[in-house]
Amino acid sequence: MREVAIIGVGETKFGELWERSFRDLGIEAGFKAMEDAGIAGDDIDAMFVGNMSADRLIDQEHIAPLIADYSGFGERNLPSVRVEAANASGGIALSQAYMSVASSVHDIVVVGGAEKMMDVGEESAAEILASTADQEWEAVFGATLGSLYAMMARRHMNDFGTTKEQLASVAVKNHLNGSMNPDAQFQRAIKLEMALNAPMVADPLGVFDCAPLSDGAAAVILCPWEDAKKYTDSPVKILSCGQAGDYMALHDRPSLTRMDATIEASKKAYKYAGIGPNDIQLAEVHDAFSISEIMAIEDLGFFEKGKGGKATEDGETALNSKISVNTSGGLKAKGNPMGATGVGQAVEMTLQLRGEAGDRQVKDAEKGLIHNIGGTGSTCIVHILGRGN
Amino acid sequence: MEVARFWRENQSRYNMQGKKCGACGIVYFPPRDLCPKCRRESIGKMEKLKLSGKGKIISYTVVHDGLPAFSMQVPYTMAIIELEEGPKITGQIVDVKPDEVKIGTEVEAVFRKLGQEGECGVIHYGYKFVPKE
Repeated sequence: MREVAIIGVGETKFGELWERSFRDLGIEAGFKAMEDAGIAGDDIDAMFVGNMSADRLIDQEHIAPLIADYSGFGERNLPSVRVEAANASGGIALSQAYMSVASSVHDIVVVGGAEKMMDVGEESAAEILASTADQEWEAVFGATLGSLYAMMARRHMNDFGTTKEQLASVAVKNHLNGSMNPDAQFQRAIKLEMALNAPMVADPLGVFDCAPLSDGAAAVILCPWEDAKKYTDSPVKILSCGQAGDYMALHDRPSLTRMDATIEASKKAYKYAGIGPNDIQLAEVHDAFSISEIMAIEDLGFFEKGKGGKATEDGETALNSKISVNTSGGLKAKGNPMGATGVGQAVEMTLQLRGEAGDRQVKDAEKGLIHNIGGTGSTCIVHILGRGN
Repeated sequence: MEVARFWRENQSRYNMQGKKCGACGIVYFPPRDLCPKCRRESIGKMEKLKLSGKGKIISYTVVHDGLPAFSMQVPYTMAIIELEEGPKITGQIVDVKPDEVKIGTEVEAVFRKLGQEGECGVIHYGYKFVPKE
């Protein structure tokens, strides 16, 4: 297997982008990444696009050639692939592209992620999100995606004494980080009281425990590590990737308070990279809900099971603390455009490892982990990235 | 949801019919044709089993921001219930005030309307849960 580098990154602003279409977003992110890598279209061998639900969100199937075409690759007959894994679509697109370069099938590959959620109403979006859990045996009885995460939160509170304040402190931290990210959907810091007093979505989760609906796109360019210096002085290396799955429905899993897919995916990623959780200085984790960040920092091995809430409340996951978690603002504040989310995590991690993250820069960032979840935890993909040189 | 898609599952949604693995004895609901523990060993040995519908709540939530089909019911209570026979199942808890639902509350299944296809379409039925008398 060849080692693989990230040589260019780009993303749109995440948010309610009423004036932009799906193809506008995908093209903007892709162009920015190519500009950043300083490469021309002729150098590209293939494109992978993470997208959860263009069919239901914008009535468009077959979006990979659509994005490739409008990015100017129509004449070049570029191969393009859409990758779907619910909210992990972007992360899995990255891993598929990584494998294609590592295995020498392709040399230079664009990984895109894009989602246009605002063209449907909030209620339709809720139905589509619920269908990333088991439609026949969860959603049909009234379970929303938020309600399933709420049941994880309730059980975590019951078993480990996790509090609503600890859940809310995830949002407070991520909004503070988001206030330093010009691409974030929410760039305003919030107070703990504001999160605690927000309307309920699914008790015990309130509005600030839930990531928003977002439009957005992100892209990264991969090439063999041995060629990376031709394009950039600051390549970032993909040290490893690990993917794992689980039972589709939450109720079929042995525990509501841990995600075995996260545990197994990260075990593989640590093993292939030859490192452990203590070697990681920063992480972008899947905070679609506040409880999912708390469970992630436990399941990834950063904190003991049951201590994630306390660690967050005590500031151990704040910028430049024990481990800097969700420096971008996370899904909560940066935004959660489903298929773009995992690729956006790779954009943030690359900026951090290059030392280009501005006010939210983590000091001496050497190795970072990105963690992307589909559904309620039936798909998990973890990548570990490292500073080049 | 299309009529046939719902109708196909009626045996399980009306009668809580699950499957029991003839190799290891683990009970599954909804029914599976393959036991995830025994895999190949279980092929052809998954036997139909009607469940009692009795169990206890292992977690729950009061849903305020519900799915469109349930918008007339908010706030409604969803729970994951561990049935006596072993499998866990997701369902609504009804006929009870939300603040009376707790982890550990014993419940039993009742036959209720789940929803319908538009104004005058087919009505879907299935199980919900109520606290055990």
